[in-house]
Amino acid sequence: MNLWFSEYHAPDVRHSLRVTRHLYSGKSDYQQIDIFDTPEFGKVLALDGDVMLTERDEFIYNEMITHIPMSVHPNVQDVLVIGAGDGGVVKELTRYESVKRIDLVEMDPQVIEVCRTYLPENACKLDDTRVHIFFDNALRFIRRSTDEYDLIIVDSNDPFGPSEGYFTREFYGICYNALRSDGIMVNQQGSPFYKHDAEAMQRSHKRIVNTFPISRVYQAHIPTYAAGYWLFGFASKKYHPINDFDEERWKSLHLSTKYYTTKLHIGSFYLPAYLEKMLMEVES
Amino acid sequence: MDREKLDQTRAPIYEALEKFREMRVVPFDVPGHKHGKGNPELTAFLGEKCVGVDVNSMKPLDNLCHPVSVIHDAELLAADAFGAKHAFLMVGGTTSSVQSMVLSCCKQGDKIILPRNVHRSVINSLVLCGAIPVYVNPDVDHRLGISLGMSRDNVKKAIDEHPDAVAVLVNNPTYYGICSDLRAIVKMAHDAGMLCLADEAHGTHFYFGENMPVSAMRAGADMAAVSMHKSGGSLTQSSLLLIGENVSERHVRQIINLTQTTSGSYLLMSSLDISRRNLALRGKDVFRKVVQMAEYAREEINAVGGYYAYGRELINGDSIFDFDPTKLSVHTRDIGLAGIEVYDILRDEYDIQIEFGDIGNILAYLSIGDRMQELERLVSALAEIKRRYKKDPDGLLSQEYIDPEVVCSPQEAFYSNKKSIPIEKSAGFVCSEFVMCYPPGIPILAPGERITESIIDYIQYAKAKGCSMTGSEDPDINNINVLE
Repeated sequence: MNLWFSEYHAPDVRHSLRVTRHLYSGKSDYQQIDIFDTPEFGKVLALDGDVMLTERDEFIYNEMITHIPMSVHPNVQDVLVIGAGDGGVVKELTRYESVKRIDLVEMDPQVIEVCRTYLPENACKLDDTRVHIFFDNALRFIRRSTDEYDLIIVDSNDPFGPSEGYFTREFYGICYNALRSDGIMVNQQGSPFYKHDAEAMQRSHKRIVNTFPISRVYQAHIPTYAAGYWLFGFASKKYHPINDFDEERWKSLHLSTKYYTTKLHIGSFYLPAYLEKMLMEVES
Repeated sequence: MDREKLDQTRAPIYEALEKFREMRVVPFDVPGHKHGKGNPELTAFLGEKCVGVDVNSMKPLDNLCHPVSVIHDAELLAADAFGAKHAFLMVGGTTSSVQSMVLSCCKQGDKIILPRNVHRSVINSLVLCGAIPVYVNPDVDHRLGISLGMSRDNVKKAIDEHPDAVAVLVNNPTYYGICSDLRAIVKMAHDAGMLCLADEAHGTHFYFGENMPVSAMRAGADMAAVSMHKSGGSLTQSSLLLIGENVSERHVRQIINLTQTTSGSYLLMSSLDISRRNLALRGKDVFRKVVQMAEYAREEINAVGGYYAYGRELINGDSIFDFDPTKLSVHTRDIGLAGIEVYDILRDEYDIQIEFGDIGNILAYLSIGDRMQELERLVSALAEIKRRYKKDPDGLLSQEYIDPEVVCSPQEAFYSNKKSIPIEKSAGFVCSEFVMCYPPGIPILAPGERITESIIDYIQYAKAKGCSMTGSEDPDINNINVLE
C-alpha cells in the first residue's frame, strides 16, 4: 500500500510519512484527532492535520522541555502543565520524587482518551496519584492562581490555531502571577527557520522578555517538526538556566535519558548567529 | 412578491447576482474595472468573486433609487423579518438612515424632542433641515458616569412644554446598551400627535433574539434606523430604515433619494440580503450564544475584582427601563484607570482591539464572530492590567452630564459668521461646530450651544487622557469656532 500523510511545514514545503494503518480518526469539540501507524516513526498523533508527536522522536521534546528546568530549580514541588494531553511531559516529571503535585490542564478530554488507548507508552503516568487532570481553558484556569507553582510547562500546539491564546502577553502575565517568587516557565517556542514560524517565535519571545526578568531560548533537533529544528523558551523570575544549573545535583538523581545530558544542557543555549540576531531584534 | 407568502429562505439580490455571474454578461457599462479585469491589483486584494459582482444597476438587478424587482423583493422580505410596514435598504451607513428618518418628518423651524446623548448624525440632520432640538436631560448614573435613557416624566414634561414639536427621537439602546421605556414614549408621542423615531444603530438583534428589550417596530414606533452592519453581520456602511403604518413609503423614498447615491453598491445590498436571511432563519440561536458569552464574560470580569461589568441589575423601571444583554460594558475607574487608558493598553500591549473607552468605561463589542478562547484572552488581559497598573482612583474625573444651553438652531449656528478663538477663552461664546470623543461619537458640544467652563474642563481632561477628539475644524482642539 502506498499511502502517505503530508503536512505543510511552509506554504511551499511538505513533510511526508508513509502510513501503514490509520488507527483512529475522530472530531472532538475542539479539533480533528488522528492516530496512524508509520514504518519509520511508529505511531503518530496529529491534531487538525499537524503532527504533535511520533513514537520515534517524542523523547527529544519531552526530555528537553522537562529536564532543563528541573535541573536548574533546586526544589520543584508544584508543577502546572498546559496541554500535553498525550502524557509525555507528565511521564518525565513523575520520575522526580521531589515533585509533589502535577496539575495538567488540557482543553480537550478526547485527546487524553485517545492517547490512553493508542499511545499507552506516553500516557502511562497520567494515573500517578500526584497528577490532577483539569479539562479547562488554560487562561481561565491559571488566572485564578497566585504564587502557587514552582514550574509551569507550556506544551501547546502551534500559535495559529486553538492554542493562539498561549502565545500572548496576557497568558505569560498570568503565568508569571501564578509562579512563586523563584518560579520558572518553559514553553515550546516553535521553529526559527521558515518565515511564518520565525515571525511567530519573535512575537512570543518579545512578550516573554517583557514579562519575565530572565528569558533565554534553547534548541533541540526534532525530525518531525518544521525544519527538524525546534526551540524552547526558558523564562524565570530568579534562576539563570546556566549560572544556576546544578550539574552534580542532577547527576546524583541517576535518571537515564536518551537525549538530555548535562553537557547538552549548556550547549542547547548556544544558538546560531541568525537566530541570535532575530532574538536581539525583539529584546531591545 | 406576494406578501402573504414571503419565504425567508430566499435572498433575491444574492440570487440575481449569482444568476448574473453565470450569464457571463459582457460589460460595456460602468464600473470601469469591468469585473476586476481592469484593476488587477484590486482584484488580487479583494478577490475575483467580490469584484465580479461590483456592478451597476441594470434590469435583472433592479435599481436602488426606484426598486421594482429584486431590490423591492429584498425590501419586502426585510420588512417582514423586522415586522415593519416597509424596509429600505440603505448604503450610506446608519448615518444615512438616521438622516432620512429625521428629514422625513422635520422641516425648517420644526421642533424635535430628543435626548442629548444622540449620535452626531442626528444633530447633523438638524443642520441640514433647520429643525430645532428640544433636549431631554437623560438621567446619569453617577457611579458609572454614563448617560442613561430618558425618564417618562422628562419626556412628558418636554411634550407638555413643546406641544408643537413634530417628533420624539429615542436611542434604542444607547451605545452602552441602555433602553428607555419605548412603549410608553411611543404612546405619549402619539397621544400628542407626534411621531416616534428610534435610533437603533445598536439594536438590530432586538428583532431576533429572545428576552431582548422591545424593538422599535414592536413598540409601535413610526421609524427606526437599524445598523445591520453592527450586530446583524452585514458589510460596513450597509443599513436599514424601517417604517410603520403612520409613515408614507413614497414620501420616505423621495427623501432618501435627495442624498443617496444613484450607484448603490451591490456588495452592500447583497450583504444586507444575506444577513437578513441569516437573522430570520438563525437569529434566535445566534443571539442566544452571544448573550451566553456576554454573561460569562461579565461573571469572569467581576470575579477579577476592581472592574464592574454591568448588566440587567441596573434596570430601574424608568431611565434604565431595560438593558441589552449582549453589551459588555465595563466600569474601570475603581482600578484607578480611565476607560480610555485601559482601551489603549489593551491595544498597545495585548493586541486586543475593543470598541471604545471613555472616561470611566470600556465597551467590548461581542457578536456571533466571537469564540470563547478570545473571551478568555480579554478577561485575562483585564486581570493582567489590574495587576500591573492598578492605582488609587482619587483624582480621576467622573463623567457628568452637562445640560446644554441651546442658543440657536444647529443650522443657524453652522452657517453663521464665525471666528476661531483659543478654547480656554471660549467660555460664554456660542459654539458653531461639534466637539466629541469618537467613538462613541456623542457630542460634548453641538452647533448652537453655549460653551461653559465645565465643558472646557471636560474637553481638556478627555484630551489629556488620550481620547480621540473629532468634529472641530482644529484637529487638536486648541482653538474652537464660535459665533461672532
